[in-house]
Amino acid sequence: MDSVLNLNLWQMASAYIFVLVLLAIVKIKGISREKEIIISTIRMTLQLILTGYVLSYIFQNSNAFYTIFFIILMELFAIYNTFKRVKVGLSKQMKYTIGISMVSGTLVTILYFIFVVIRLTPWFEPRYFIPIGGMIIGNSMTGISLGVTKLVDGMTNRRDSVEMALMLGATPKAASKSIVDSAFDSSILPTINSMVGMGIVFLPGMMTGQILSGVSPFTAIEYQIAIMLGILGSVALTVIVFVQLGYKTFFNEEDQLHI
Amino acid sequence: MYTLETVKYKNILNIDRLHIPKEKITCIIGQSGSGKTTLIRMLNKLISCEEGEILYKGTSLKKVDSILLRREAIMLPQNPVIFPGTVQENLLIGLKFSEKPLANENKLLEILNFLNLEKSLKENAEKLSGGEKQRIALGRILLMEPEVLLLDEPSSALDEDTEDLIISKVVAYVKSNKKTLIMVTHSSKVAEAFSDNKVELAKGKIINHTGGTNLG
Repeated sequence: MDSVLNLNLWQMASAYIFVLVLLAIVKIKGISREKEIIISTIRMTLQLILTGYVLSYIFQNSNAFYTIFFIILMELFAIYNTFKRVKVGLSKQMKYTIGISMVSGTLVTILYFIFVVIRLTPWFEPRYFIPIGGMIIGNSMTGISLGVTKLVDGMTNRRDSVEMALMLGATPKAASKSIVDSAFDSSILPTINSMVGMGIVFLPGMMTGQILSGVSPFTAIEYQIAIMLGILGSVALTVIVFVQLGYKTFFNEEDQLHI
Repeated sequence: MYTLETVKYKNILNIDRLHIPKEKITCIIGQSGSGKTTLIRMLNKLISCEEGEILYKGTSLKKVDSILLRREAIMLPQNPVIFPGTVQENLLIGLKFSEKPLANENKLLEILNFLNLEKSLKENAEKLSGGEKQRIALGRILLMEPEVLLLDEPSSALDEDTEDLIISKVVAYVKSNKKTLIMVTHSSKVAEAFSDNKVELAKGKIINHTGGTNLG
C-alpha cells in the first residue's frame, strides 16, 4: 500500500466522536470544562484548516519572501506566547531579552539545519523550511517558557541569598549562578527526557506523519533523528542565551539587585 | 571613612551631614523604622541615595566600583543567609564570592573557637540554631579580613552573655587590626559600652551624635 489513504469528510467527522465522549464524561462528572473543550476543538479545527490553505498556497507559489514571512510570523507568535504562558510579571528588559534569545537561538539552529544538515535546494523550499522551523521554534518556546519561570521565581524567592552574596563581594554573575544553572537545567530536561522515550514509548509526530504519507520508516527515522538533535541544540542555545542575558535584568549598572 | 552630605532616600532617610571616622567603632542606634538598616545598606552600596552624596575615603560612592567596595566594606545583614552545605562551606563562601584565596582548616577552626562555636566543620550548617547561624555568618566575614565591617544587628539572635562576649571579641579584633566597625544595634547597652562614636536616628534623621568629630 504505497498510496496515501485519504480521509473523506464523513470519516473526518466521525473522529469528533472522541470529543463527544469527553463532553459526556465531564457532564456526568460535573466538571465544568465543556466550554473550554468546545472552544479548543473549534479553534484547533479552524486554525488547521486555515493553515492548510495557507500552506498549500505557499507550497504552490514557493518563494523566499513567503518562507521568511512565515518564519517571522512563527517567531513573533512564539515570543508572544512565551509572555502569555509565563505566569510571573515580566519587566520590559526581560521581554526584550526573551525576544533576542528566541530569535537568535532558533535562527542559528534553523539555518544550520537547512544549509548544513539537509542542504535544501532551493534553500527556502517551504515544504521543508516551514515545518522544520515550526518544530524548532515550538520546542524552543516550551524550553524558554520554563527557563523564564524558573529564573524569575528563583530570583524572587531567593532574593536574600543573592543579596547576601553581593554583600560578600560577589559579582552579579556569581551571586545568581545557582539560580541560572537550575533554570537552564530544568528547561532542557523535558527535551532530554523526550529523547529517552523516543521510538519506544511514542512515535514522534513528524515521523508518524511521514510514515502515514507513505515515506519509508527509515527515511522518516533519519529525519526524526536529525530534527530531534536540532531541537535539542535549539532549546539549549535559546535557553543559554536567555539565562546569560536574563539574570542581568535583575541588576542595575551599580550591581544592585532590583526586584 | 565615610562622609554623608545632604543624603536623602525616599521618606526613610534624611541626613544633613555625618562623618564616620576610620579605625573607630561607630554604633548606629534608634527605634525600628528609624532608617538604620537603610543607612548601612547605603554604605555597602546595595542601594544608592536619591539626593546628596556619600563619600568613601574621599571619593563619591557613585565613582566607586560597587563590587570592589563590597570586598573592602563587607556587610552582615540582620538575618544572614546560610547557604545549603556544611559549616566549612559556609565559612569559605565569602572568600569564594570575593575571589580571595581560601583559608586553611586551622584558620577555620580558629574562627569557630573565636566565636565560641563548638561545631564540626563538616556539620550541616542549615541545621544550626539561629544564634549559631548568625555567628557562622559573622565568621565568614572575619575570614575575609575586610577594612570595614558593616554589621546590622550582629547579636540579635544571641543571648545576653554570648552577645557581650562576641561583641567584645569583635571590637578587640577591630581595634588591634586597625579596622573600621560600623554597627547597627538595638541595644543601647552595647552602644554605650563599645562605641567611640554613637549616632542615634529617629524617623530618618540624626537626633543625637556623640563622640564623633567632623574631621579626619
